[in-house]
Amino acid sequence: MDKGSKGRRSREALATPVLPKTPTGITGLDELTGGGLPRGRSTLLCGSAGAGKTLLAMEFLVRGATEFNEPGVFLSFEENVDELSTNFASLGHDLPALIAQGKLSIDEVRLERADIVETGEYDLEGLFIRLGYAIDSIGAKRVALDTIEALFAGLTDSGVLRAELRRLFRWLKTKGVTAIVTAERGQAGLTPHGLEEYVADCVILLDSRVIGELATRRLRVVKYRGSAHGTNEYPYLIDEGGISILPVTSMRIDYEASTEHVSSGVPLLDAMLGGEGYYRASSVLISGTAGTGKTSLAAHFAQASAQRGERCLWFAFEESLSQIVRNMRSIGVDLAPAVERGVLRVHSERPTMFGLEMHLLMIRRLVDEFQPRSVIIDPISNFAMVGDAVEVKVLLMRLVDFFKTRGITSLFTNLMTGEMQEKTQAGVASLIDTWLLLRDIEIGAERNRALYLLKSRGMAHSNQVREFLLTDHGVELQDAYVGKSGGLLMGSALMVQRAQDEAHAVAAAQKTDLLRRNLELRQQAVEAQIAVLRAQLELERTTALSEIARDDERSAVLEDDRARMASHRHAVDPDVRGTETPETGGST
Amino acid sequence: MTPKSKDPTSKPEATKADELWELRLYVAGQTPKSVAAFDNLKQLCEEMLQGRYSIEVIDLLKNPRLAREDQILAIPTVVRRLPVPIRQLIGDLSDTQAVIVGLDVVPRHQVEASP
Repeated sequence: MDKGSKGRRSREALATPVLPKTPTGITGLDELTGGGLPRGRSTLLCGSAGAGKTLLAMEFLVRGATEFNEPGVFLSFEENVDELSTNFASLGHDLPALIAQGKLSIDEVRLERADIVETGEYDLEGLFIRLGYAIDSIGAKRVALDTIEALFAGLTDSGVLRAELRRLFRWLKTKGVTAIVTAERGQAGLTPHGLEEYVADCVILLDSRVIGELATRRLRVVKYRGSAHGTNEYPYLIDEGGISILPVTSMRIDYEASTEHVSSGVPLLDAMLGGEGYYRASSVLISGTAGTGKTSLAAHFAQASAQRGERCLWFAFEESLSQIVRNMRSIGVDLAPAVERGVLRVHSERPTMFGLEMHLLMIRRLVDEFQPRSVIIDPISNFAMVGDAVEVKVLLMRLVDFFKTRGITSLFTNLMTGEMQEKTQAGVASLIDTWLLLRDIEIGAERNRALYLLKSRGMAHSNQVREFLLTDHGVELQDAYVGKSGGLLMGSALMVQRAQDEAHAVAAAQKTDLLRRNLELRQQAVEAQIAVLRAQLELERTTALSEIARDDERSAVLEDDRARMASHRHAVDPDVRGTETPETGGST
Repeated sequence: MTPKSKDPTSKPEATKADELWELRLYVAGQTPKSVAAFDNLKQLCEEMLQGRYSIEVIDLLKNPRLAREDQILAIPTVVRRLPVPIRQLIGDLSDTQAVIVGLDVVPRHQVEASP
């Protein structure tokens, strides 16, 4: 449904008198009719045999009586009170008790053409009196006529019947009761006798068809005069809980986006996802070929969830609980304590058990019951067995919507077959917030697992391909190792490369060490040389100094001698002698 | 089950003498159809079941509960309560032929005897 137009209409509805509606109390039906059936009017409910017309009509009355304090009259043309009581007892409704409390009145109309002879003109005033009496005696607000078309089988004068039916529906309006009129599905029109001409306010079609050996039931509001309504086909389910309709495609995209993170259970994967893991209430898809470790990754997520004390609901479409626990134990993930504590529930079922809608409703019901914070669906690809690609996509979309509105983090695994590429899954992927791809990579005659983070909305995420290892202590991600050729190295190729690198590193370290030692030795040698030179220098200096001293002494002696000689001759005056002395000193 | 009369033109005087016919006519007020039905029924009974029948007229407007109890849908309706089995005729009984067949006023032994 167009979101905009619905919003506009509801605003208009506030201004103009709102069409009064009678809630049916039936899961989903009130949602998609915007509040229920038109109050005080008749609704035509048509569908093929076994589509659940009687059930829906009776549930309308029973819920009216029990939940809305509106007693109801059931006019049955097909089944008697005992049959109806038995049928509805299995659905948890105690019809005889409701009858005893005056909340329900069942009138069985027996009409056998063989037993009735038409002898002239008649009308159906008897029916009016019967119905009127039943309505008045319990103050009924709701009426179900199931299946009024039996009149056409029991009576021949269709002209009279048509006139009387027209009168009946007008009369029901004057009685102020909200009625459901059931009818078979017709070949040409909606109903074999064109009842839709008379009951024109609201027409609901129930369709039960078998696709691929699986019965799928769908409901469609064909017409709802004066009211907006969901126009799509909605799957519905009949089981021990009665009838429930799932109008998921009418859901709008207006859920709150959480900024909270939840761990994937694998630290390095959390690191790839911006450091903290998936967003809460986001949808995660893990796709990969067989044996790439999808379930293992899911198990980590489940365990992380359990460790946070949050409930996790695991829908396993391939393995049983004990199988999952055993297999995951082999990789060091023990789910048994979480199961025992009741934080993890595993629901195993074959996808071929029933159709997609039933699965959807089953999932919805279990989620309502268990109230998990996260849900694992492993794998969604098995739904392809019970529906075509478009249907599976619709299913997934509904599931994603459903989980998001509930704030549930959902993790889906998807088994890809060899030839499937990312492109072919693009349709599904658009619904997914975080998409992990696990892939086998063949390098050096071995298969290794690699994890790609194809997308993760709203977070800075790693674009690196990681090697994905399943060890006996869980999933491990290896940092990507890019070889010399630029390709990703993993497995033994990676180990070889690692060993080589290690050898290189050791050699390099040794070389450095040697260099360092050489340097030290050289330094020591140089320093020794410096010491020797310094000693030599010192020696030379002392020698030189002592020689200088000796020379000085000698010249002093010489001077002395000269002075003595001069005084001896008295040739020099003492002043002259004084000036001559420095001259002598300078020459030395 | 009572075999239906194969020959509705059988003579009315052949009716079994010891059978008592208990008939009920359901009406909803004095409508022309109801009045016509009563007149037609009375006339037929006088012709064929003289002295061996009773007609009880029930007005559903006065006894609406009986509509459900006696499985009445159409008005007017005639119910043959006796002889068993119960038979129901609807309409104003203007189609005499149909009434004769419907009430099965032709004696059983005669129908069985004729091939």
